[in-house]
Amino acid sequence: MNAPSADGVLDEAHRRFFGRLVGWLFRLTGDLQLAEDAVAAAFASAVSAWRAGPIPDSPEAWLRVAARNQAMSALRRDQRTIAVAPESFDDLRDETPMTSSLDDRIALLFVCAHPAIDPRMHAPLMLQAVLGVDAARIASVFLVPPSTLGQRLSRAKAKIRDAGIRYRVAEPDELPSRVGAVLQAIYAAYGLADPTADSADDRDSTLRHEALHLARLLTELLPDNAEAWGLHALLLHTESRRPARLVDGEFVPLGHQNTTLWSSEARHSADECLRRASALRGIGRFQLEAAISAVHSARAETGSTDWQSIVVLYRGLLQLAPSVGATIGAASALMQLEQLTESERLLDSLPADTVRDHQPYWVCRARLASVAGDSEQAQAALQRAIGLTSNPAVRRYLRRSVA
Amino acid sequence: VQYAILALEAPADYAARTDALEAEAYWASWASYVTALRESGIMTAGAGLQPPETATTIRTRGGTVEVQDGPFADVKEQLGGIFLIEVADLDEAMAWAARCPAAENGSVEVRPVIPPMG
Repeated sequence: MNAPSADGVLDEAHRRFFGRLVGWLFRLTGDLQLAEDAVAAAFASAVSAWRAGPIPDSPEAWLRVAARNQAMSALRRDQRTIAVAPESFDDLRDETPMTSSLDDRIALLFVCAHPAIDPRMHAPLMLQAVLGVDAARIASVFLVPPSTLGQRLSRAKAKIRDAGIRYRVAEPDELPSRVGAVLQAIYAAYGLADPTADSADDRDSTLRHEALHLARLLTELLPDNAEAWGLHALLLHTESRRPARLVDGEFVPLGHQNTTLWSSEARHSADECLRRASALRGIGRFQLEAAISAVHSARAETGSTDWQSIVVLYRGLLQLAPSVGATIGAASALMQLEQLTESERLLDSLPADTVRDHQPYWVCRARLASVAGDSEQAQAALQRAIGLTSNPAVRRYLRRSVA
Repeated sequence: VQYAILALEAPADYAARTDALEAEAYWASWASYVTALRESGIMTAGAGLQPPETATTIRTRGGTVEVQDGPFADVKEQLGGIFLIEVADLDEAMAWAARCPAAENGSVEVRPVIPPMG
């Protein structure tokens, strides 16, 4: 009788409290690994205790005490007390629930995306420390051997501990870049910053939802940050169109998607986020990317795509935050407006070694050559694109365009 | 760093090689993959293998030679091709392994190559 509801409470508690508890113990000990291990052990003991006995009135208080006890015995066992100031121990003993106005999860987000940490590790660290995502799943999504990811995570956590990286409120002049790193890591966690961009569509859906959850959390924690709203809008727009991307296992490109399959609920939330962002008047790359995405999504209501606006937005994006992805996006939008020379000029501007293995570049090249009537070049670029594709559905789709 | 990409193909892949409906797509995927590897300038060697039933396996045990028809192990996925690539690190090698057509039905193994001896 008890079992299913205990599991429900556990799931809910994990979602709501994992990051908070890790952040709290990290703040007190400065040791991320210790904090994570203690919280994981607390949840493990909750599984057996809550399934067997009464579920505590306050799961959070129960978990807090359990995690604290785990942390204290680990500190004693390993004599790792050097990093812990005496007053912290008093805090550890204090059983009253935390009522800090600052959510401990934001401290963790900033620590995970600290400039002293390898940027590749920002997103994996966040997923593990703030959301408690299993390392093996993170490894699969980032296409890294699990053992390598494990080593990289341990190295990053050792650095945080030994270099004394602690949470402090960033100075106003450094806040934008620190928030930027947090946003970038959430963007990567969702799968948008993947170099093998074609496989992003198929990412572990729960992990995408975790990333969305982090993006929403950031808007709650930093409601005055326009870019945080921009990122959330971008992820929601992307998510809203996802149901139309794979139909009966076959890939459907954005322009051919059946808009009735798009989620209008997610679209409206995304548009609302973007309105919040623009009211704050601080333009940035995530808002521009979200605005581009919003123009695509608007096809569900207007029946057509306003390519002129998309080109304007891409020009802004290329000024503000030039990237390979933005250049390719701009080139394909220009193609829609039949500005082929300008489109080709943009593609030619990308360094050869950057695009050598970049699947979206070769897809764009193939389309451009095909529109320009050069079928030989189009076929060569398409072959290249197919060979660089790791998503089987996308590979089948591209193969169908082979003459 | 040199890595070997070992393409372990599933029975469905070997069947597709000669299937009237699937052969074209099968060979075209491999042709694109090899083109991409070659155009990227990272492939140092590569070979596709005839199906497992064409294999002959040899063992010498205690002075006796044993010859057996077929591959050395009776497992579902069998080596169908091998590529040697020269890339910066394992991350890059993994990206190439993910693009390998064998990954869809079979599996793809990535292994560092032993550096030349002596």
